[in-house]
Order: sequence, then C-alpha cells, then structure tokens
Amino acid sequence: MDQIFEKFYNTVIAEDYWMMLLQGLGATLVIAFFAAIIGIVLGFLVAMVRSTHEMTLRGKKCRSFGEVILKIIDKICGFYITVIRGTPMLVQLMIMYYIVFASSRNGMFAAILSFGINSGAYVAEIVRAGIMSIDKGQFEASRSLGFDYKSTMIHIILPQAFKNVLPALGNEFIVLFKETSVAGYVAIMDLTYMANLIISRTYDAFFPLIIIALMYLLIVLLMTFFLKKLERRLRNSDH
Amino acid sequence: MTTNNDVLIKVDNLHKYFDDIEVLKGISTEIRKGDVIVIIGASGSGKSTFLRCLNRLEEPTGGHIYFEGTDITDPKTNINLHRQKMGMVFQQFNLFPHMTVLDNMTLGPVKLLKKSKKEAQEKAMALLERVGLADRADAYPSQLSGGQKQRVAIVRALAMDPDVLLFDEPTSALDPEMVGEVLDVMKTLAREGMTMAVVTHEMGFAREVGTRVVFIDEGVIVEQGAPDEFFDNPKSPRLKDFLSKVI
Repeated sequence: MDQIFEKFYNTVIAEDYWMMLLQGLGATLVIAFFAAIIGIVLGFLVAMVRSTHEMTLRGKKCRSFGEVILKIIDKICGFYITVIRGTPMLVQLMIMYYIVFASSRNGMFAAILSFGINSGAYVAEIVRAGIMSIDKGQFEASRSLGFDYKSTMIHIILPQAFKNVLPALGNEFIVLFKETSVAGYVAIMDLTYMANLIISRTYDAFFPLIIIALMYLLIVLLMTFFLKKLERRLRNSDH
Repeated sequence: MTTNNDVLIKVDNLHKYFDDIEVLKGISTEIRKGDVIVIIGASGSGKSTFLRCLNRLEEPTGGHIYFEGTDITDPKTNINLHRQKMGMVFQQFNLFPHMTVLDNMTLGPVKLLKKSKKEAQEKAMALLERVGLADRADAYPSQLSGGQKQRVAIVRALAMDPDVLLFDEPTSALDPEMVGEVLDVMKTLAREGMTMAVVTHEMGFAREVGTRVVFIDEGVIVEQGAPDEFFDNPKSPRLKDFLSKVI
C-alpha cells in the first residue's frame, strides 16, 4: 500500500507534476475548441457548396457563369475532402508544422489550423448528408410559396438538417478532442505530451497514463452530457 | 366572350424533356380567372409534370408560360415573386414538420409579404376557422391526420392570397375516409370563385365543380371540354378507354 502512495507521490505530487498535467489539459482544450470552430465554419461552407451543387447542377450542363464557378468550387471542395479523409491526421499535422509553417514553427497555430481543416472535411460530409436527407418536398413547398434558395435553406432545410445531424456532429467533436493527443509530435505541450514528460523523468508510467485517461474520459462525458441536453431540447420543439 | 385580361395563365407550346424522354410534347392552353381546370390522365401521362411546370418547379424545356401577362419562362423573370401568387398543394402535403400549424401558415406572409406577425396570425386563424382546424393552430404536423394535414396545406397556400391554386393529386395519399373532408374544402373554394388547376383522379370532383376537364395522354392534350360533355360524350378513343377504366 505504501508503495502505491509513494508511486503516486513521486509521479503526481512531487515537482508539481499535477500542475503540468493541468497545463497540458489546458493546451488540449484550447486546440480542440478553436479547431472545432474552424471545423464548423469550414465544414458548413463546404457542405453548402456541395449540397447546392448536388441539388441544382449534378449531371446537368452549366448555363451561366455562376454555375461554372459553382462547379469549379465544388470540385475543389471534393478534392479537399478526399485528401483530408485519405491521409492520417498525424501526417497532416506534421506537413502543416514542418513544411507549411517551417519558417515560424508556431506549433500551437499549426495544430489548431491543421485539426480545424481536418475536422472541417468530416463536418462537411455530415452536414451535406443531413441536408440531402431532407425530403425534396420540403424544398418544393418552400419554393412554391415564393422563397428563394437561400431563404429556403435558412428557414426550412437547415433547421431540420441540423437536428438530424446533431448526434453525428457531436461524435465528430469527441473524436477531434481525443485526436489532439498527437499534438505532442509537433512540440505542443498537450495533455498526452505532459504525461510522457513525467514518465521520462520518473520512469513510472502508471499514474500519469491512468490519470490522463480519466481526464480525457471526463471531458468526453461532459461533452456527451451537453449534447444529450441539446438534442432533447431540439426534440421538444418538435414531435 | 371573355377578354384577354381575364386570362391568368397562358401556356404556349410547352415542351419538357427528362434527359432524352419527351414528357410534354407541346401543350397549349389557357386558364382564365375563376376557372377550375381539372387535369386527368393515366400515371406517366405528364399531367403532374405539366402542373409543376406552371410554377416552374419543373423547368420547361421549350415553349412559354405567361402568368398575368408576364412570360415566367423568361430566365430574367424573378419567378419567386410570381410564385407568391401561385399557391401549390402537394400529394404529400409537405408541411414543415419543425413548425406549428400557425407558423407554417405565417412564415410566407411575414417573411415574403412583410405582414406583421399579428396580422398574419389573425388571417391564419380566420382561415383555419374556415376549414375547422382553429383548435389545432399550435399542433405540429406530425400530430395531425392526413386529411387535417392537407387542409392545413391548402390554407397555408391561401394565406399568401394567391391568384391561382395548383393542386397536384391532393387526395391521392389520403386514407379513403379522409378524401371527403379535403374535397369539401376544395369545392367550397371553387364555388367562391378561386381559380384552380387540379390534377386528380376524383372524377366526381371534376364533374361537380370543374369548369373544364383536360385529358392529357402521352404528353399532349387529347381532349378537353365542359365536364358534362366531356364525361357523357367523350370523342377520342383514348379518352373513352381511360374513362371506362376509372369510372
């Protein structure tokens, strides 16, 4: 028993190691939070492009300059999604840090951007699927009242789509949060990096790893709790 | 004789292709103010496509449609403004499930016609009263029966004060016992002088309130006329054949 207390003391209490873990948690949360915001904005924009293209232009010839532009942007968005989903997150992060940000080596910025761009691709596919899952009749009913494409999206399609995709979106952000654990590869002192640091100094892995695992779990449980709450609230406004 | 001013919709040589298949092969007709045009035909005949071309939910491939004197097939026309004046009722109701009945009905008037919320709600309540659904104003569409949904869909279209109502098989998705309540609303509207174009299989409705019945087959108008003459004395063999199957 004493041995366990000693292990705990040596790897958590001594040298303020627990402070390091909290700092690491802070960095992890900052990366996940800002990456999620980038992911939402980017994913939403890409989803709008792709679903608009899918609904109005797929398999048709372009008849105006605007439609040609839309087709080109759609192709770019498709390429973006293919590349991001087809390569490992860690490789993307290292490309961002060692190649794109080679001159500045701003790890935090590179990580936020890289995780955000990665998340955006997944969010885009989730939101696009949500929009396409709404019955075509909803679109037609709105257009027949005289609403244009944009108002139809805002008032009719997106509110319904958002509710449908909320569980999948929540899942994506949980994955994003956990995936930030590779940020240590580009010298960011995130939670996992800090645990590693403590292990390398104390040669004892038990408590650092168990504690950070519990910390990740706790955050995920909190996220799940608030997601469920949001889902329930949206369901109450509907039947 | 009616003058040209009474013509609400003029369709001139309308063609519609889906890929390589020609669904409408040159349809020309007129809908005058107060007309109740009933469009019948076998499934796949193009009658729904014709109706959906009238407010350009389907883009016509060729020909012209004039609504209140404006060529709405002209790409420069702002179709959204004209659609406000052409209500549409769908087979599948297409109520907005995330909104109450009242919100379904006031969305268009408030956002598009810039009415005040109060004014729009008063008008919506009056319309709901007329179709016997005032007590369901705060219900969500999923809490309504099929017949109730379709009655709400009709008054939602009416809330925009349209000049014409387009009905795309409004009773085809209903349980038999609910067809009557929807037809009753439509008959009342017809008698009150609402201009209507109705795609339907309800021959009784066509005979009772239709001012003209149009038979579309294989993308062309084969025969049309006043209901009595149309049903009692059909001329073309294809119409005779069709009527013998449905009546």
